[in-house]
Amino acid sequence: MADLTTLTAAETASAIAAREVSAVEVTQAHLDRIAAVDGDVHAFLHVDAEGALEAAARVDAGEISGPLAGVPLALKDVLAQRGVPTTCGSKILEGWRPPYDATVVTRLREAGVVILGKTNMDEFAMGSSTENSAYGPSHNPWDLSRIPGGSSGGSAAAVAAYEAPLAIGTDTGGSIRQPAAVCGLVGVKPTYGGVSRYGLVAFSSSLDQAGPLARTVLDAALLHAAIAGHDPMDSTSIDAPVPDVVGACASRDLTGVTVGVVRELGGEGYEAGVEAAFHASVEVLTALGADVVEVSCPHFPYALPAYYLIAPSECSSNLARFDAMRFGLRVQVGDAGAEEVMATTREQGFGPEVKRRIILGTYALSSGYYDAYYGQAQKVRTLITRDFDAAFETVDVLVSPTTPGVAFPIGEKADDPMAMYLSDIASIPSNLAGNASMSLPCGLAGGLPVGLQIIAPPLADDRLYRVGAALEAALDERRGATLLASAPSLTARP
Amino acid sequence: MPEPITRDEVAHLARLARLECTDAELDTFAGQLEVILGSVARVAEVVADDIPPTSHSVPLTNVFREDVVRPSLDRDEVLAAAPAAEDGRFEVPRMLDEAP
Repeated sequence: MADLTTLTAAETASAIAAREVSAVEVTQAHLDRIAAVDGDVHAFLHVDAEGALEAAARVDAGEISGPLAGVPLALKDVLAQRGVPTTCGSKILEGWRPPYDATVVTRLREAGVVILGKTNMDEFAMGSSTENSAYGPSHNPWDLSRIPGGSSGGSAAAVAAYEAPLAIGTDTGGSIRQPAAVCGLVGVKPTYGGVSRYGLVAFSSSLDQAGPLARTVLDAALLHAAIAGHDPMDSTSIDAPVPDVVGACASRDLTGVTVGVVRELGGEGYEAGVEAAFHASVEVLTALGADVVEVSCPHFPYALPAYYLIAPSECSSNLARFDAMRFGLRVQVGDAGAEEVMATTREQGFGPEVKRRIILGTYALSSGYYDAYYGQAQKVRTLITRDFDAAFETVDVLVSPTTPGVAFPIGEKADDPMAMYLSDIASIPSNLAGNASMSLPCGLAGGLPVGLQIIAPPLADDRLYRVGAALEAALDERRGATLLASAPSLTARP
Repeated sequence: MPEPITRDEVAHLARLARLECTDAELDTFAGQLEVILGSVARVAEVVADDIPPTSHSVPLTNVFREDVVRPSLDRDEVLAAAPAAEDGRFEVPRMLDEAP
C-alpha cells in the first residue's frame, strides 16, 4: 500500500471497505504524520489520538460502513465535540469540554468518520490568517513563513500538509474558501441552512455556515453529503432534500452550462498573478463547452462595508454569552461583583480583534447610529441578493477569483485590520445572500496557489460540484498532476 | 456622514459591552475604529427608503417542533465545566451591592 496519507478520502474509504487496509492503520498513519510535521505547521490545537483510534476500531469491527467510513478528519475548534477541548482559538474557553456534540459531529460519527482532533483558527472565527488565534498562528504548508488563510486556517493547513484528507471549516465571510484558495484545496460554503449550526459556536448567526475542505472536488462532495440536511435542533436549517452533490462530480463536460464572470470581482486590487491564473481557467471552462459571459453585480462593492457592520453587530450580541458565569474562564479579583468579574474576564479572555468587533458592533447597534449603520447595511444586503437574483436569471453559476491575492507573509497585515478585511472581498457577497459557493485550485502565482470561486443559487449546491469537477479534471489533465502535487514535502528537510 | 469616533466614546462602548480595556487598547482601537467606520459608512451611498432590509437570507418565521419530552444535558457534566459549582448549582459572584 502506498503512503496512506496521500490517498484521497474516496480512495481511503474504498481501501478500507475492501479490507486492503484497516481504519486503525489509516488513522495511525495520519497520527504519525501529525507527529512528524505539526510542530512546523501548527494546524492542530488538540489531537485526540485515543478517541480517533477507538472510532477507527469500530469501523474495523464492522459496526459502521458507508462512503466515508474510517476516513480521518480534522475538525475546526469552533464545533462542540463532547468531552474534547473546544476553545474557538480563545483563552476564554481554554480547558472547556462541551457536554454535547454539534450536529455536524454527530453526523460524522454516524458516517464512521474518524475525528483526529481540533484545528487552529482565528479567535471566534474572526480573521483571515489564524494570526488572531490565542494559541499562535498556523503555517501554510506551501511556504511556512506565510499564512494558511483564516479563519479555518488550521483545517486547511492540516489537509494541505497531508495530516488529514478531510476537514470541517466554517465560513462567515469566506473562512472556508479563502484558506482553501491560499492552501491549494477545495473548500465549500454550502447554502445557508444546508448544514446545521447546532453546536457551532456562534459568531454571526445569519452568516455562519459549516462546510468541507478537501484535496479533491469528489472528496468535498462526500463530506458535504455526510453533514448536510435538515436538523430540528437548528431553526434556520432548511427542510429540503440535499442536492445530489456526489452524483454531480461525474461531470466532465459543461455543454449547455452558462457561466457568468462577475465584472466587479476583479481588476483593481487583485494581484496580476491571481487574475492571470483565473482567466486561464475561465478559458478552460469555455473549452469544456460552457457558454461564458460577463455579468455585472453593481452593488458588490458595498458588500464588504455591509458585512463589517452586520457581522460585528451580531457578534457583539452573540459573544455576550461569555459572561464568566456558567462555563469558560472566570477571573475573580478579591470579592468583585458579577458585572466587574464579567468585564475583567472578557478583558483577559478576548484578544484584540474580538474586542474591536464587539465595540464596533455595540456602536453600530446603539441608539442614534442604528439606522445609519446596521439598518443601512441590511438594505445593502437586499441589494446584493437582488444582484445575484438578476444574474442567476441568465447564468447557471458565477465565477471569480476567490481572493484578491495569494498567501501573504505572517505579520504583514497583523496591525492593519482594514487590509486584513480586504482578503474576503470576493467571498462575502455569498454569505450575505446565503447562496452556495466553492473555491477550487486553479493555478499558481509566484509558486503559490490561486483559488477560483464558483457561486450557485441557494439550494443548487450540486452546480458547484458539476462545474468544479469538470474544471478540476481538465486542469489536472493539462498539468499532468494535481496542483497540490507541486507543494513542498514538509519532511524533506536537511 | 457620522462624526469620527472619539477615545471617550470607545471607552463608553466598551463599558456597555462589559469589556475592560487598557489605556493603550483604547488609543489603538479609537484610531482603528475611525478608519473602519469611515469605510463602512459607504453603505449610506446606495440605499433608498423603498428598499426593505434583509436580516436573514432564509425567509423563516416561527419554526415550531412537537412538544415532546427529551433527555436534557447531564447536570453533573454541565456543572463540571462551570467556573464554580456548589450543591448541584452554578456558583456565581455576588450580584447585589455592586461596588460603586
